[in-house]
Amino acid sequence: MRIAVCIKQVPDTEARLRVAKDGKWLDEEDLRFVINESDEYAVEEALTWAEKTGGEVVIISLGPARVQEALRKGLALGAAKAIHLVDEAYQGGDARATAVALAAAIQNEGADLVLTGSQSDDVGYGSTASLVAGHLGWPHAWLVMGLEVEEGGATAKVTREMESGMNEVFRLTLPAVIEVQAGINHPRYASLKGIMKAKRKPIDKPTPAELGLDAASLGAAGSHLEILEIAFPDSGDGAQMIEGDAAAAAKELVEKLQKEARVL
Amino acid sequence: MSEQVWVVLQHREGKLHRMSKEAIAAGQRLAGEIGGTVSGVLLGSGLGDLVAQASAFDLATLYTVDDSALQDYNPGAYVAALTPAIREQAPAFVVFPHTYQSVDYFPRLGQALDAALVPEVIGFENGADGLIWQRPILGGKLQARVRVKTSGTVLLSVQSGAFPADGAAAGQADVEPLPSVPSGLTSDREILEVQQVGDDQVDLTKADVIVAIGRGVGGADKVESLRELAKVLGADIGASRPVIDNGWLLDADGNVERERQIGSSGQTVAPKLYIAAGISGAIQHLVGMKGATCIVAINKDATAPIFNIAHYGIVGDLHEIVPALTEAVAAVKG
Repeated sequence: MRIAVCIKQVPDTEARLRVAKDGKWLDEEDLRFVINESDEYAVEEALTWAEKTGGEVVIISLGPARVQEALRKGLALGAAKAIHLVDEAYQGGDARATAVALAAAIQNEGADLVLTGSQSDDVGYGSTASLVAGHLGWPHAWLVMGLEVEEGGATAKVTREMESGMNEVFRLTLPAVIEVQAGINHPRYASLKGIMKAKRKPIDKPTPAELGLDAASLGAAGSHLEILEIAFPDSGDGAQMIEGDAAAAAKELVEKLQKEARVL
Repeated sequence: MSEQVWVVLQHREGKLHRMSKEAIAAGQRLAGEIGGTVSGVLLGSGLGDLVAQASAFDLATLYTVDDSALQDYNPGAYVAALTPAIREQAPAFVVFPHTYQSVDYFPRLGQALDAALVPEVIGFENGADGLIWQRPILGGKLQARVRVKTSGTVLLSVQSGAFPADGAAAGQADVEPLPSVPSGLTSDREILEVQQVGDDQVDLTKADVIVAIGRGVGGADKVESLRELAKVLGADIGASRPVIDNGWLLDADGNVERERQIGSSGQTVAPKLYIAAGISGAIQHLVGMKGATCIVAINKDATAPIFNIAHYGIVGDLHEIVPALTEAVAAVKG
């Protein structure tokens, strides 16, 4: 099977985040970027199924030049080639505009299955891959915790998370877009050999024209949404903060839990 | 004609989903804001008593679709049933509860209609340039204010807890079939089974005290000090999703204790005391524990959103604070 896997590079949310001067997004200077968590699991799932079916993985990402690092990592893990939608016209879009570009890249590349994470850890629309499926006219599933390709790639058995600790198992026809949840598998580490080989693997950078796309449907121009401002939320009443070294803070907390909150 | 707000209601096993009521509350507020009317949409097969449940709210109309292809939820039939009606009636807003079901299909509906999507709304305001939507970003660490800059129907999902269900006004809706539903709806999923995840013996919903472990713990080999704290407190152990996904919480046989996950995909708990150690407080976790009477947060990051809902907070290394806390608890419990 030829499997396309879409990944996003996102700010490391464990890092210290600062709002940019214009207030519309993060200040990206000195910001550390990582592959979006659920997308890492999608890469692993793609590699597993490509190995089982004797196919190959094409890794696709939309984003600025820094994204090349994430694509190289995917190549080092075993993807055969990468597509980087780096042209300025692609950038700054919402789920709608991003999906238009990704769908065109997938169509151009040809794929029997598309895998991606369920939600980005930055804007978190959770919608982009479902929109891609709509453009391709393929079935999709969100929050997938189990995947079994069946019948030589004609169908797939999918386990999807529901609320309250339940999973639903169903079958859908391939090709399809499968949006995996973190935890579906155990992502592998890149080997030194893989890292060396990755340096010689191709990263294509198709322009909108090469994908038959009109710039008006891409990036901010092709978006329904506009982010006006981002901010740290009001802390509400917030927590009563307890200071001091570990022993002193622990002692004070226990006292408060006993006498103030009366829960101990 | 006044503008319309539609609310698509979710249900399971003959009962309206708790968040359907929150979506109604959000729809009613939105309709009040724009001077419009609010109607409900109910899809399923053999709706029966659900129609009575759903029409008991202050809705102009309850639109229903009763079709065997909607017996089990599937995006194909849901999108096909809703698309023509929304296209023709052109409601200004269609509100969905932000659930694992809605978010599976409402983007697909947006694609079919080329409608704007605003997922995970936690609030809105009516400004000079129209409605501004608030939604969490970056794991709830920050919030974004977003605007829809195109015209046409806007589809939005409302996050749990943002529009409390008790704000949903009661009434009596007229019940009508949803117009323009195509004949021959078909499911695009062959449902095989529904499974309980993990060991259903673990019931954290009745726990009085929970020690919950987050990503900040740092590894499976570092969980022991939290187990000791739980022991002196007589507490149950819980965990946030990343801990489970990374396989850091293991039972005696080395199996991942997924059934101890707390949050939207795990259990919803309401203990007297909840100690969140190394949990940043992503909204998916908060919806599962914010009903706790007293929340203690221990985190090295002073900007972690967990501190916004916690009652007591300590900023620092949990591997220093937790053993100290175990000692302090042991001293008073003797």
